[in-house]
Amino acid sequence: MTADLAYYSLVAVYSAMAIYTISFVAFALDLAKRSGDAQQAAARAAKAEAVSTASVSRSASGGSTVVLDRPSGGSGASVGSGAGTRTKASSFERVAVAMMLLGFAVHVASVVLRGLAAGRVPWANMFEFSLTGTAIIVGVYLAVQLVVNLRFLGAYVMGLNLVLLAIGTVNYYVAVSPLPPALQSAWLVIHVFVAILGTAFFAIAAGLSAAQLVQTKREQSKLAGLRVMDTLPGAERLEDLAYRIALVGFVLWTFTLIAGAIWAERAWGRYWGWDTKEVWTFIIWVLYAGYIHARATRGWRGARSSWLSIIGFAAVMFNFSVVNVFFKGLHAYSGL
Amino acid sequence: MARSSDRDGGDATRASSAGTDTGASDTGLTDTGLTDADATDVGGDPLRPSDHIDSVRTAAADGAGVTQPKLGPVGYLRFFWRQLTSMKTALFLLMLLAVAAIPGSLVPQRTSDPNGVVQYRTDHPDLFPVLDKLGVFDTYSSPWFSAVYLLLFISLIGCIIPRTRHHFEALRARPPKTPARLSRLAGYRSITLETGGGAGEASTTTARAVDAARAQLKRAGYRTQVFGDSVSAERGYLRETGNLVFHSALVGVLLTVGVGGGFGYSGQRVVVEGQTFSNVLGSYDSFNPGRWFDESQLSPFSIALDEFSTEYAPDSAGAAGMATDFTADVTAQARGGEAEKTQIKVNSPLSIGGSNVYLLGNGYAVDVTVRDGEGNVAFRDTVPFLPQDTNLTSLGVIKVPDALPEQLGMIGFFYPSAVDLGTGALSSNDPDTTNPVLSLNVYSGDLGLDDGVPTSVYTLTTDGLTPLAGTDDAAKEKAIQLKPGETATIPEGLGTITFDGVKRFASFDIHHDPSQVWVLLFAGLSFAGLLTALFVPRRRVWVKATETDRGVRLEYAGLARGEDPTLGRAVGDIARTHLGGLGVPPDVAREVADDPARHDVEKPGPGAGGRGRKI
Ligand code: HEM
Repeated sequence: MTADLAYYSLVAVYSAMAIYTISFVAFALDLAKRSGDAQQAAARAAKAEAVSTASVSRSASGGSTVVLDRPSGGSGASVGSGAGTRTKASSFERVAVAMMLLGFAVHVASVVLRGLAAGRVPWANMFEFSLTGTAIIVGVYLAVQLVVNLRFLGAYVMGLNLVLLAIGTVNYYVAVSPLPPALQSAWLVIHVFVAILGTAFFAIAAGLSAAQLVQTKREQSKLAGLRVMDTLPGAERLEDLAYRIALVGFVLWTFTLIAGAIWAERAWGRYWGWDTKEVWTFIIWVLYAGYIHARATRGWRGARSSWLSIIGFAAVMFNFSVVNVFFKGLHAYSGL
Repeated sequence: MARSSDRDGGDATRASSAGTDTGASDTGLTDTGLTDADATDVGGDPLRPSDHIDSVRTAAADGAGVTQPKLGPVGYLRFFWRQLTSMKTALFLLMLLAVAAIPGSLVPQRTSDPNGVVQYRTDHPDLFPVLDKLGVFDTYSSPWFSAVYLLLFISLIGCIIPRTRHHFEALRARPPKTPARLSRLAGYRSITLETGGGAGEASTTTARAVDAARAQLKRAGYRTQVFGDSVSAERGYLRETGNLVFHSALVGVLLTVGVGGGFGYSGQRVVVEGQTFSNVLGSYDSFNPGRWFDESQLSPFSIALDEFSTEYAPDSAGAAGMATDFTADVTAQARGGEAEKTQIKVNSPLSIGGSNVYLLGNGYAVDVTVRDGEGNVAFRDTVPFLPQDTNLTSLGVIKVPDALPEQLGMIGFFYPSAVDLGTGALSSNDPDTTNPVLSLNVYSGDLGLDDGVPTSVYTLTTDGLTPLAGTDDAAKEKAIQLKPGETATIPEGLGTITFDGVKRFASFDIHHDPSQVWVLLFAGLSFAGLLTALFVPRRRVWVKATETDRGVRLEYAGLARGEDPTLGRAVGDIARTHLGGLGVPPDVAREVADDPARHDVEKPGPGAGGRGRKI
């Protein structure tokens, strides 16, 4: 029974990966199409240069006592160039998003099956961290997507996901096994889940920061040929988004740190012992605190601070991969 | 959905860049029409280091030390202090802290992995002394690591104190004067209400609008101040409070960790089934007192290990032999208390007498009886054997100093599930006792216990001893192998040894750390402060009512103090509620609220782009 469920879970992972691949390709094609569209738009805009922008005339509305002021002169609605105001999603994009949703559903099914097979939360070894972690990254991306349009990041999210899932499944697959006593705790559910959730926010923030770096270059017309960036928000907007999403990640990470210390006290009799995993969790926390500070420091806002967001995420990935697999310590739960 | 929120987001960009502009550049101040507000402004703003992005750039801050050719000692101190408490220094020290923490994760640490350090010395004999000099095996108590975090915390304290003082004042200050021109500010909206009834009615409407706005903003938690025909309002002081609580609580964490730990102790003790541990110094196997520890802190309690049991994963689980549960059934008794039967498990320590008792290890102990060459019982005890692998092959030492005519020493291996490897050598293939075998190498001679040099109960120095049985080439006989209940003779007529049986032992850690709850408290405070600081928006809002020849013109605008993505929407909501209260039809009010783009920009002068993005 257990083996059957684990097997179906594995089948589901591979299916999800296949579907994600289609989504990834479609997102990539969409980026290419954006590039072409932007080129055409630029050409059109050049032609229309002379024609003044249509005035937005408004009639007075409401009852006799109320007159709204007419807008006079240019309205402030347009937010400069590169505002990412693409009105219609391309068909590539629609396919990509649809495939992502489908892949996500299959992926979640895989996670649930794994949990049922194990009879516990499916995040207790490297394979399961990868499996659940990637599902959460997609989930968080889709959730953020409800609030703000981040479709341009789709290729990044799908690419990252495919790489992590592939490594996790191919290199780290382990059969379902029961929990060692040290992991039998409610904190496994809380601490690890929140850590993974924080990681997902950091991942998206890092993607945005990377896009911001490219956009900054582009706005300094160093990458004038990279037309696709015209369809993305401007560097400043990207920075704002990255910052806000990283903040959520930081709060979750702070919680992870505190919860981890509480758990360590329960399980190992001390709340902090500079175990390798503890060290890296701390380093990541300090890096993001640095990022938050950098953004508030004159001379650091903009490209400089966003490097810290990318370095921070690199450290998260390092902590998850290299530290888990190669470093010695009490957190030896990779299951390998 | 995504579209409408996109617009909100775009608006937020403007909002925050407007906020930034006002502070970040001197010209920005005039651009946004804030000049007249500026005079009253400073008192209400959170105080930030001079290189903070929201701080107004001043000559003093920029060129400190450069413009003043001669600095006295006080001047230098001041200059140094300002450097230390600047944002750039804090940032630099934070980065340095992150980097300084790395080496400790690359090499084993004496505190957490002493055996690893010994191993490292053997593996890298050349590198070791160099690294040891640098202190990387004690990274987290090394002078350089300490220097980084201490500097950071001095900087932090230097940052917190003036800010706290300032914040207390700001909490009592009134909101600043309404800027002359609101139209350049974030979320600006305006509407003119036509009043048919002449000047008299217009002024009544104006007064009514101002009153209503004030009442409404008050209700929404704003602090308000009326300036003639406008209301100036500010909220979100809690943001700065949260930020200060967050930073101060970090200092609290550091202090309690650093100082508080000195009042505690930790110790380890192996307890075999049937034995009792009493909390006195002498009964610990190892003991680490804090700096200010004193023996009277050991509260008297005792713990008897009644039974230790292990559960193993069933074969079907694909992880046969894996332990899934350890339980120590104990009888615990605190001073003056009843003896109480309870359990200690991994992840579930026992709290007794102000200390916590953790189950951190377990293994097998063997019961043996040794009769010496003269037929007397020279030794009868239970000896804990230390596990060497996951199948609990265990290693232990039996010392029989009372044996006559010669002292006896034995190095033993215990195999809970012994299998012959084919070479005669044994191995254990399961941690449970399916086929327990005790194998002993026996030595005779002076064990050196009377020399006064302390020796570990887990090691036997065989130099100078005569091998009698075992793997040693000089031994005449093979190692003695016994199953429970069996007896074997020791070569050369030196006696017999009986393997009476196997027991489990538990290894307990006993910790007492009175500062722990304080650390947790400060960590919790810090987290709460962080949430407040990051998610409570601090903003100013103005509502202005002006009489014009057509009627009363209402204007709404906001200004972000720090990150405030929803400012534009908030101003819109205020406008809608306010207009609704004044009897404006809901659809019109909604229109004004929803569309910040529809407003009158009085004179789109050269600074019109100021509201837009800066590229
Ligand atoms: C122990 C080292 C420090 C850590 C971990 C740390 C962490 C943080 C974090 C996470 C924030 C953002 C949350 C909030 O707004 O409350 C923040 C904000 C801030 N910190 Fe620190 N900090 C440290 C030291 C310092 C020092 C030394 C200074 C003074 C130079 C400082 C000044 C500030 C300021 C002014 C802000 C507000 C930033 C803004 O306006 O957005 N911090 N800090």
